[in-house]
Amino acid sequence: MLYDIRLVIAYDYAAPADRARTILRLMPPDLPGVQRLRAADLVIDPAPDERREGVDFFGNAVTHAVWHHPIRQLSLTLTLDVQREAPAPVRDLSPPLAGLAAQLAELRDLGPHSPLHFQGASPRVAPWPPITGFARAATLGAPSARAAVVALARALHTAMRFDAAATSVDTTPAQAFAQRRGVCQDFAQVMIAGLRGIGIPAGYVSGFLRTRPPPGQPRLEGVDAMHAWVRAWTGEEGGWVEIDPTNDRLAGEDYVTVATGRDYGDVAPVLGALSTAGEQGSRQAVDVVARDEA
Amino acid sequence: MPSPKPDLFADYAPLPGVADELYDSEGRMRPIWQGFVKRFARLDRAEIAARFERGNQYLRDAGVFFRQYSGEVAGDPLAEREWPLSHLPVILHEGEWAGICDGLTQRADLLERVVADLYGPGRLVAEGHLPASLIAQSPHWLRPMVGVRPVGGHFLHQIAFEIGRSPDGSWLVLGDRVQAPSGAGFALENRMATGRIFPERVARAHIHRLAGFFAAFRAALESLAEATPGRHGRAAILTPGPSNDTYYEHTYIARYLGLMLLEGEDLLVENGEAKVRTIEGPQPIGALWRRIDAGFADPLELRADSRIGTPGLVEAVRQGRLGMANALGAGVLEMRAMMAFLPRIAEVLTGQALALPNIATWWCGGEAERAYVRAHAGRLMLGPAQAVDLPVDQRAEVPRTGLPGWIDTQGPALVAQEAVALSTTPAWVTEPGAPLASGRILPRPMTVRVFAARTPAGWRFMAGGYARIGRAGDASALAMQRGGSVADVWIVADKPVPQVSLQPVPGTPFRRADPGVVPSRAADNLYWLGRYIERAEDAVRLIRAYHLRLASTDNAADPLLRRLRGFVKGYGIDPSRPVPTGIVDRIAAARACAAKVRDRFSIDGWRALVDLDQTARVTLAEAQPGDDAARAMSVLVRKISGFSGLVQDNMYRFQGWRFLTMGRAIERADGLAALLAEFAAPAAPDGALDLAVEVADSVLTHRRRYLAETSRDTVVDLLALDADNPRSILFQLKLLHDQAAALPQALDHGRPAALLRALVPLVAEMSVAAPDQIDSARLDTLRSALSRASDLVGAAYLR
Repeated sequence: MLYDIRLVIAYDYAAPADRARTILRLMPPDLPGVQRLRAADLVIDPAPDERREGVDFFGNAVTHAVWHHPIRQLSLTLTLDVQREAPAPVRDLSPPLAGLAAQLAELRDLGPHSPLHFQGASPRVAPWPPITGFARAATLGAPSARAAVVALARALHTAMRFDAAATSVDTTPAQAFAQRRGVCQDFAQVMIAGLRGIGIPAGYVSGFLRTRPPPGQPRLEGVDAMHAWVRAWTGEEGGWVEIDPTNDRLAGEDYVTVATGRDYGDVAPVLGALSTAGEQGSRQAVDVVARDEA
Repeated sequence: MPSPKPDLFADYAPLPGVADELYDSEGRMRPIWQGFVKRFARLDRAEIAARFERGNQYLRDAGVFFRQYSGEVAGDPLAEREWPLSHLPVILHEGEWAGICDGLTQRADLLERVVADLYGPGRLVAEGHLPASLIAQSPHWLRPMVGVRPVGGHFLHQIAFEIGRSPDGSWLVLGDRVQAPSGAGFALENRMATGRIFPERVARAHIHRLAGFFAAFRAALESLAEATPGRHGRAAILTPGPSNDTYYEHTYIARYLGLMLLEGEDLLVENGEAKVRTIEGPQPIGALWRRIDAGFADPLELRADSRIGTPGLVEAVRQGRLGMANALGAGVLEMRAMMAFLPRIAEVLTGQALALPNIATWWCGGEAERAYVRAHAGRLMLGPAQAVDLPVDQRAEVPRTGLPGWIDTQGPALVAQEAVALSTTPAWVTEPGAPLASGRILPRPMTVRVFAARTPAGWRFMAGGYARIGRAGDASALAMQRGGSVADVWIVADKPVPQVSLQPVPGTPFRRADPGVVPSRAADNLYWLGRYIERAEDAVRLIRAYHLRLASTDNAADPLLRRLRGFVKGYGIDPSRPVPTGIVDRIAAARACAAKVRDRFSIDGWRALVDLDQTARVTLAEAQPGDDAARAMSVLVRKISGFSGLVQDNMYRFQGWRFLTMGRAIERADGLAALLAEFAAPAAPDGALDLAVEVADSVLTHRRRYLAETSRDTVVDLLALDADNPRSILFQLKLLHDQAAALPQALDHGRPAALLRALVPLVAEMSVAAPDQIDSARLDTLRSALSRASDLVGAAYLR
């Protein structure tokens, strides 16, 4: 599928942000066999005095932008042309849940895709006994690690309500789980906590979701802004599985990946400029249009 | 005839099963101690107590303190504690010390190779010499630093090793400190203090000096700064700030080495280059001696919750434009589990065993290790694998029941370490509350902290200076919990040792030191210190005048008293209390500003301010209205004057001093304008003019100058227009103008910049005005102009 994606993020600062400095993670990577970035344009306004493109530890594209003078507002306009492949049918090659630990103990890899980064606690997501208990119950009897991942996504989708007003960007998984409400970030982080709690390495994916569903399918939650979902490691053979607990489905052809990391902190689309100013307003608008519907 | 000396060492009995520093295993006193013991034993108890007290007094006078986080002092989260000096030194022979340093040189090089690998090729993990999960779980392995080569090529520049002596007499490494090793500055103070206690020994015995270590490290830092592109950066110390437990040491070392002491907010990163915000604009920094934990250094790329970091610092390091001692991320080496793997890694990387072994450690991630630990749990200490505190400091909270199961479920998160029995050393022990003279010499467990610095000629070691002494006689390592003390360590040579200090080598030409740039934050704090201290003085004088009149009239309804009450209430001060909290708050605010620039104050200046603050608090609690309160205010006036005098007489006229002076001048001019507007107004009640002259401390001057009763003209002339009265508006405006004119960027392309443009007309106006032209409206206009001038100071220099 070919997508035309347009994202606008705008901030207004109550007080000028002096010497603002941001790190942006907005540019989708090329993922062989999965997605290809055919064209991209990121306009930053006002134009920063310094702009440098780089790659972070997890392989995400980052843009460092620095302003030497105070700015009162900031707008980011991203235009993308992305090709996303339909995933091939998957045979479940993952071991039973109990078999993962032995595979993990053998690993000697600290590269960006090593599952070892995605175990235990990361800065924003730590295993939390109530979530672990929920995950245990939800995955009881799952014959494989992959089946456990699918079962937990379904259970969370059933137990939690999508509610854009219930949480903020800093809500912890424990809080979101306690109120059983939240947005895609909360669904993803609760699920990550649950997976790690039962021994499945799990990380956070930020990206885009097709705005209008294919004909005959329901409109999905999370299309009005950037979306978030989960990747889980299901063993040497099973590999990484990407799944969207907000919508209870595997992240397939309707999903375009932007960044991956341990939790929201590793993939935040805009880091930094916010914290230097006082109160600010922000707006985000996203449009993900499939070429064949245009 | 002197009375017979008590045999001070009679009670000293080494404990069975541990090594002792004073006596060897055969019970013979070690030769290295004999000279010291012989002379010490000649002293009587009174003399010993007097000498120890001299050492304590030195530390108190020098203001040596450390911060306790524990909140043991109720109500004061930033309570400072006296430095807990253990008065008797630990004595080691230089030959033994050289052996220790050789072993630690090997270890330092090994640590450098390990950290370079963990942030580089990753061989150790790939080849199975370090468990990958252990590194992945470490909060101190900083992913943004992976692949970043440090400026100058090295990750480690300063290391502190904690070592102890095991029962067989050999030395053992208990911990490696690389994150932000502290103690080297305290070691200098230990030596100064023992120099007061044992002057004849420190001067004449062949004790190796400490100063050379610092000279070498400063030179190494400067060469690190030189290694950055551009080569024009300075080296500076980066501190977490006054709430850190070792902040005193940071200020001390900054003063001692002549390095700038910076906090995160002093720095900015521009075009990949770290710069310090100064009153002269951003100036490049080439290298930082980091005393801040790496995670807090950059809120943008490291811990997002850090409020003490600098956004972009990681980027400066990444671009190879900022040297760090030590590299961000080096702290991963401190993880306790690392000790389990270093012996093997040494053999793999160097083909040699560790010359100085570390404490035996087992990571419970493997089945074989777990089996061993279960079987020997009784003589092992269990703790978190990722912990970075020393084994002697850990508060082991290990379940004693169900231990084997706990080891199995928590395995990879645990390490076990041998419960090592440390050697003992003589310590002077008094019962709690008992006088110093009643002490006894008893064996106490100890560890030695060894400081190493990388220099172009290799690792250089500080010759002793720092040992931690356990509080209890129990020689197990665990007895050295908090509550221990610190002793000097003397490394004694067979022959006289060369004198070294930070003085230049004789023969080199004299070079006047660069006074250094003033960070904007330091200038800001000095400016507000000036404003607050003047504001406090103003309030104290007003309240004194109030109570004096209250005492003489005994009529609170008196019109002048009513006016005075209304006036001070306008300042947020409640005159119904003998000592209003507003006064205490102002003094506390002044002290808080000074505390943030403590490296710029003399010890006397700082102590004067602390004394003022404490006096104000005591007075607040005790003074009675009327005469008593007036007397209390007089005490505060004198103490404020004492502090101001110290500043005026002793403070070097560096740019920072100008800001302090400008802060006072603006505040005083404003205070006088407000005073005149209120008490020289036509409607002011009888006695108001005298009160104004009294509050402005100009009673004598007025009498001498005008030989007449006060009139509106004489009072306005003296307090507003007299260029020779330091208590006049014009005098303060001129002072303000002259300081502003001497600041950098006072001119903008040859013409007065904004601040001077604002001040010149004010001075001119007051220079030519006549008293009858200065009415309340004009004084109010002047106050607004002063407020704008203050904003201009801020805009031009303080951010």
